[in-house]
Amino acid sequence: MEPLRSAQKTDDRPVTSVRTRTGINDKWVGFFLLLPSLLAIAVFVYGFIGWTGYVSLSDWNSLLPRMNWVGLENYRALFQDFRFQSDLRNTLVFTLFFIAACLVTGLTLAVLLDRKLKGEHLFRNIFIFPMALSFIVTGVVWQWIFNPSTGVNLFLNKLGFEEPPVWYVDTRIIPGVEWGQIQFGIPLALIAVVIAAIWQMSGFTMAMYLAGLRAIPDEIREAARVDGAGEWQVFRKVILPLLRPITLSVMIIQGHISLKIFDLVVAMTGPGANFVTDVPGVYMFETTFRGNHYAQGAAIAILMLLMVSVLIIPYLVSSMRKEAD
Amino acid sequence: MTAACGGQSDGQEAGDNKQVEIFSWWTGAGEEAGLNALIKLFEEKNSNIQVKNAAVAGGAGTNAKATLATRMQGDDPPDTFQVHGGSELNDSWVAAGKMEPLNDLYKEQGWMDKFPKELIDMVSKDGKIYSVPVNIHRGNVLWYNAKIFDENGIEPPASFDDFFKAAEKLKKKGITPLALGDKEPWGATHLLETVLLGKLGPEDYGKLWTGKLSFEDPKVKEALKTYKKMLTYTNKDHAARNWQDAAQMVAKGEAAMHVMGDWAKGYFTTDLKLKPGKDFGWTATPGTEGSFMVITDTFGLPKGAKNPKATQEWLRVLGSAEGQDVFNPLKGSIPARVDADVNKYDEYGKETIEQFRDAKLTPSLAHGSAAPEGFVTEADQAVNTFVTQGNVDRLAQTLKEKLEQAIQ
Repeated sequence: MEPLRSAQKTDDRPVTSVRTRTGINDKWVGFFLLLPSLLAIAVFVYGFIGWTGYVSLSDWNSLLPRMNWVGLENYRALFQDFRFQSDLRNTLVFTLFFIAACLVTGLTLAVLLDRKLKGEHLFRNIFIFPMALSFIVTGVVWQWIFNPSTGVNLFLNKLGFEEPPVWYVDTRIIPGVEWGQIQFGIPLALIAVVIAAIWQMSGFTMAMYLAGLRAIPDEIREAARVDGAGEWQVFRKVILPLLRPITLSVMIIQGHISLKIFDLVVAMTGPGANFVTDVPGVYMFETTFRGNHYAQGAAIAILMLLMVSVLIIPYLVSSMRKEAD
Repeated sequence: MTAACGGQSDGQEAGDNKQVEIFSWWTGAGEEAGLNALIKLFEEKNSNIQVKNAAVAGGAGTNAKATLATRMQGDDPPDTFQVHGGSELNDSWVAAGKMEPLNDLYKEQGWMDKFPKELIDMVSKDGKIYSVPVNIHRGNVLWYNAKIFDENGIEPPASFDDFFKAAEKLKKKGITPLALGDKEPWGATHLLETVLLGKLGPEDYGKLWTGKLSFEDPKVKEALKTYKKMLTYTNKDHAARNWQDAAQMVAKGEAAMHVMGDWAKGYFTTDLKLKPGKDFGWTATPGTEGSFMVITDTFGLPKGAKNPKATQEWLRVLGSAEGQDVFNPLKGSIPARVDADVNKYDEYGKETIEQFRDAKLTPSLAHGSAAPEGFVTEADQAVNTFVTQGNVDRLAQTLKEKLEQAIQ
């Protein structure tokens, strides 16, 4: 988001700096300074996206680069594929649970910390710390914790649970409505993965909300109280609406993380029995680099790009509009 | 002396044969030691050639294969690289015309009768030989906990009937009969291929990969049903385990049996310090006595390699009895040559070398020798869903369709 915003600013600048002759030179100097990075982005970002799109319309599904045009065949095959249908379901469930849970825990922690309690610094750092870890580390650790025979279940056994949950090994899907080739619903195995992701990312949400809360001037709260609002009412009617931009940013950032999630799943569970924990990123990697199905992998990549775009483009448009105002 | 042909630069691409870059995924304990021993032997014989060890770690070769594919497609091949004999070599790099034939090297070294003919066939296409096998692993081995078998009066099962009788007995005692680890999906495919071999026999098993025997044939479906029944005797948490975790269940006495290639022996003896024959035993998987599921690591010479002469020197060492006997005892595999020194190998190795001489050799699906890599990943996927859903007809149909697409 940041580069776009600054790009916009450079567009504005000439209008104000045309006043002098050196200003016109400035314009060209600026352009040439930007040129290398513009070219690099054109080739390495948009060029490669275009190339991926092109490959996804070909039949290059072996080691030998055969490039016959097959139209949308790879996409059609994907949407009829058991594994890809499972992936879409898993991504949807994962994203919804992950974002909702991050928002709730993040906001709760932020509100608690905002009470100016003692040792706030310490708590803040403790909560944010997991974010410094790689998803691979998180995945390995939580894989041990939720291992059905050696992890947290050992405690549950001691506490008297005879049949503790088997966590990410569970193949049940609730409620499991037949839909296409798959059962639609919430794969129970995914919950373990969501918990690990929340553990890692809710600290970030907390930091965002904390910054938001600190930005709200005390006078506004005071004014509400003077008007006779109770603490709960102040929170619901005054604070929450003011936090809406933060909520939106968090949803965008967490959303694009969860749509593209790969490393956590690879380290923690792999595709899982019956693909209950599989995600498009993992499928893309395996089919491209293990199965040499380059066209199919490219099609998955393009679909992932589209999913993230659906989330991000409206946000970019609205924030650019705001800036234009 | 063969290499240094003066300062003439014949093309910028070509090296001066003073170096050889060896690409592999041998980074694990035993295999790395084996590779280093080979390199040491090579350097003793060729002091003017420097070895560049370009091993890529991780993912049971997946990462290495992805790196290799990029380099090959970008016309920057390593001088030589590790590749499994069979389809993984022939249907990819050989089919793409990226490998040099090595028939002259075989003739010069007199290798034609030093390697089993079936093995040479696995690294040949249309009469041309494309790589040099350095080792042999056996895929169809059933490992068992000797103590559990003793205490329960169970003999190593030779047939599926024996297996199921033993499994039933163990299950009643509360011992998991068969340990499975399919967190990496090939674990389940590996078990399946041994069942296919056991039920169909080596000939029909071989016909599966050329499409001469359909996966929807009643015989094959019968085998799939047997596989399904075997799965009911496995540990519930198989999806959380890789093969080492499953083998560990046998080592600890939580499970009685485990079907895995004989790299598991290295894990039992080196990592877990178990005594072969005393703590754990082995036998061919049910119905596969006399068959040998071959997984062979080989090295070839890609077209456009920068140091082809130095690479040939490397291949000479690799294919020599001396080279194979330096490498294999450390790696825990057996030599691909039939004239290696048996005394250098342990109890398991000696027995396996004997069996390798007379057995019928069959290619492994799970390890890329039987069918193109693209089919292997699709088979893994189909098997993964089958393990949960148990739909025999669907598995048979999917495998049939995907194979037809892959070999057309």
